[in-house]
Amino acid sequence: METSVSEGPALLAIGASAGGVHAIRELLRILPDSFTAPIVIVQHLPRGPRLDFNMIYGYRPGRRIVEVEDKMVPRSGDVIMAAPDYHLSAERDGTLSLSQDAPVHYSRPSIDVFFKSVALSYGPRSVGFLMSGANHDGAEGLLHLHRAGAVTLVQDPKEAENATMPNSALALFEPDHVLTLAEAARFLKGRQLENENLNRRRS
Amino acid sequence: MPAHKLDSATFQPFETDFGIERELLLQGIRLKYGYDFTNYTESSMNRQVEAVLKKTNFKTPLELLDRVLKQRTFFDQILPQLLISTSEMFRDGAFFRLLRNQVIPVLKTFPTFTIWSAGCGTGEEVYSLAILLEEEGLLDRATLFATDVNPKSLRSAKDGIFPADQMKVNTRNYVEAGGLTALNRYYSSDYGLIKMNKELMRNTVFSEHNLVTDHVFAEAQLILCRNVLIYFNRALQDRALSILAGSLARGGFLGLGSHESVRYSPFASRFEVVDEKWRLFRGN
Repeated sequence: METSVSEGPALLAIGASAGGVHAIRELLRILPDSFTAPIVIVQHLPRGPRLDFNMIYGYRPGRRIVEVEDKMVPRSGDVIMAAPDYHLSAERDGTLSLSQDAPVHYSRPSIDVFFKSVALSYGPRSVGFLMSGANHDGAEGLLHLHRAGAVTLVQDPKEAENATMPNSALALFEPDHVLTLAEAARFLKGRQLENENLNRRRS
Repeated sequence: MPAHKLDSATFQPFETDFGIERELLLQGIRLKYGYDFTNYTESSMNRQVEAVLKKTNFKTPLELLDRVLKQRTFFDQILPQLLISTSEMFRDGAFFRLLRNQVIPVLKTFPTFTIWSAGCGTGEEVYSLAILLEEEGLLDRATLFATDVNPKSLRSAKDGIFPADQMKVNTRNYVEAGGLTALNRYYSSDYGLIKMNKELMRNTVFSEHNLVTDHVFAEAQLILCRNVLIYFNRALQDRALSILAGSLARGGFLGLGSHESVRYSPFASRFEVVDEKWRLFRGN
């Protein structure tokens, strides 16, 4: 796969659970327009009637939130939400895919499933961000992203409404950065502008 | 022909040895038994193979392949685990309400008609269809084809026996779908299981059909193929959609899963959107 380091990350992968709605809403609100990498979000949500994500996460011109559709290709500027009751994966052919295999950590969509697929597809061209949550989903997936050379971010447990999920990642390995949402927004903006080589190797 | 190295400009190596071994396992299964998983979506296939390894205590897909090649009964045992099958009766109640309101009136104009449930799994969908048709007085005008790639699923679909603990969800779906009576009028319960009334299947034909390897199946006024295409990659989805399009009568309806679309396929122009939210299409 061709690496396009000059454009910054090719994908921002976010995982969140309890307390995540506020965190995502806030991050999307303060993330500067200059950050154009596609954002794909797995947030644990109950299965129920179809949701209006723009209402939940705050509509903002130029950053419309869409619910994922099977085999959709993330494009710059997109904010794509996982669908309740479907696992979401990023494939090596650039598509997003859905599946209804068994829940992981009692969750479908599962953040672990999503992050592990991003590790295999986007790998070092991605940034993974694990936010507030009350269970352990996502920690192992974030470690996979770390090993694949992605930049890994964890929301500061002191800021997270539910610190279990961030703490469970921190117990597993040392991510690149532990950040508040405001710091994360600044960091991501920098990522986009600095042309940093994300393709560094880790052992 | 002499061996040659693949063109480095187009050759994309697999990220992991596991990926290579998974591919070899799937090729072996295809060559030996004719089930072709090679164009299934990679991520979910990775997880299914991992799950089979865990359950069978093999360490790698190659070890598994060795056993699969040597023992047919072992393959029969793991086949259902490679195929993901989750279903409920009247799954997405609103979708079935849509069928009742939009499709049933059209079916009523035909003296006889055909419905195809493609990838029917263990039969929840086809029982739901039969109940819907019975309630609309149409079941005796209908021929229902219920097909699946997994012979085991087809057998349990025919038996119509389901765990009683699933009926709570099914009943809620039935109500949401605008059911006219009560779901428990269509089954009898015994020892934690329920058995659907056999009469419901009086016009249903169960048959093995593989959207991956088989061809156009029937000329149907309604085809349901819900949460089947998600397991196929883009190329295979195109193939499956060409079969579905070719099996649809002029003006016939196609229902997909709530997050599936014909949008990304070259057959998109063969369908019009009837309901965007619930993915109901109509052939033109």
